[in-house]
Amino acid sequence: MPKTALMGSRIRERRQVLGMKQAELARAAGISASYLNLIEHNRRKIGGKVLLGIAQALQVDVTALTEGAEEALLDALREAAAVSRRDEAETDRMEEFVARFPGWAQLVAAQRRRILSQDRSIAALNDRLTHDPVLSEAMHDILSTVTAIRSTVSILAETPELEAVWRDRFLRNLQEESTRLVDGSQSLVSYFEDQVRTDTPFTTPLEALEVFLARRDFHLPDLEALAGPEAVAPAVEALLEAAEELNTPQARALGQTYLTRYARLALRLPADRIAALWRETPDPGALARQTRVGLADIMLRLALVPAEALGTRLGLVICDAAGALLFRKVPDGFPVPRFGAACAVWPLFQALSRPTIPAHALVETPPGRRFETWTVATPEGIAGFDTPPVFRAAMLIGPDTGALPPESAAPVGTTCRICPRPGCAARREPSILLE
Amino acid sequence: MAKTVLLVEDEPNIVEAIGFILSRSGYQVHSHGDGATAVQTVRREAPDMLILDLMLPNRGGLDILRDLRADPDLKSLPVLMLTARGQKKDREQAELFGVSAFMSKPFANGDVLERVRALIGEA
Repeated sequence: MPKTALMGSRIRERRQVLGMKQAELARAAGISASYLNLIEHNRRKIGGKVLLGIAQALQVDVTALTEGAEEALLDALREAAAVSRRDEAETDRMEEFVARFPGWAQLVAAQRRRILSQDRSIAALNDRLTHDPVLSEAMHDILSTVTAIRSTVSILAETPELEAVWRDRFLRNLQEESTRLVDGSQSLVSYFEDQVRTDTPFTTPLEALEVFLARRDFHLPDLEALAGPEAVAPAVEALLEAAEELNTPQARALGQTYLTRYARLALRLPADRIAALWRETPDPGALARQTRVGLADIMLRLALVPAEALGTRLGLVICDAAGALLFRKVPDGFPVPRFGAACAVWPLFQALSRPTIPAHALVETPPGRRFETWTVATPEGIAGFDTPPVFRAAMLIGPDTGALPPESAAPVGTTCRICPRPGCAARREPSILLE
Repeated sequence: MAKTVLLVEDEPNIVEAIGFILSRSGYQVHSHGDGATAVQTVRREAPDMLILDLMLPNRGGLDILRDLRADPDLKSLPVLMLTARGQKKDREQAELFGVSAFMSKPFANGDVLERVRALIGEA
């Protein structure tokens, strides 16, 4: 199985730090110097005994050579190649490209993200123009007024023998409609002005909240040490006031809901307590039983505690019953699509088909990295006899601790278009990596 | 006997203008401004043709059209639908439900008269 990309660059860096020559390392690892040279230039993928030999000779753990942040970069490049209508991108040499031209690779990935973001803006604006009820009603009003004016003016102009009573009536109608037209036009102009004032680079409130949280690494010290429940609202208000990302009423409303939940959770489960419990028993189920806090809340709380306190970095993804991702704290090496649908095989989505039943599972991403996941789907709000419950699923993602047998690891991907797994029953579109 | 046109439109000044034009040309014009009771009014008044606005209070023109076409007695009633420009999807839907003709707002009086004549003949 191919290992993580750009391992070669990491091997070369580590060798140079140790002051070893290529020949020395090759000898210690039991391979030829020319083969090592190819490996260090990312032109040969290695695994198994060769990788183990090199890691031992470099006095590092294998994972130090195989894990890296470049997966996200490679994924972005794969996506860029996937949407291109031309088949000119040498996808089989992508790793070499990243290694040899890291700056250019970052630029291509950044351009890809920018294009995606702009595509979303255009789609959102188009959606607004097509479906905005305020705009639609205003336009209909104006068109109706113009219609009445046009018809009335035509009658006045084209009927010379028009009786005085009719003429007066139509003139009065014209007066009414012209006043209405002025009012309608002014309210339409005000509406657009308000849009310009409140529009942000973020196309949706959810995206604005994601950016707000990601910039703070999902940890808000201002909400961590509150004196009591009465301190929640003022603290949330102060944070919202200062949050430049949440500058639309909709984004602030979403932020208020989320931050209030955060603050209440932090009051019930202080960071040092939940961190100590996790270090003792890294199992959200056990923590829920000990603290008598629901599983979904425990998982969210764990994702909000800094990695230094937990001893590991945990990711969390939450989706609604339609599969739309509502929260994504991306764990290292577990690429989550920024836009569009994720991998249908993720335990997150399986959880929706067995609501309230928690599951602990091992998954393996295409580069061969394993992660432990804890998932559960729970109802939102309180269902009534005449209203079915609405479920949301949450998936906590952490590094493989060895608690589950490696052979149980389920193969998952990021999103179909850049997934290299053949014969997947959940595939919804062809992958560029299999074409 | 003059042919009758029922105008289902909630804008009183449009009703007055179209009513005037059609009346002067010999048609007998009745009007109705509420979507919710429009179908009952059509059944009661049994007009020779219907001019139906797409956006009406309480019930939209498309729903009214669908109900009319489901009624065997009104299946072939000529219906001229008034739409705003750009409502392509609504037009497609109306065609599917069996509309006879469309007119986009704002329209010219002469065009309305021409369409009515084309659908039910001279008054």
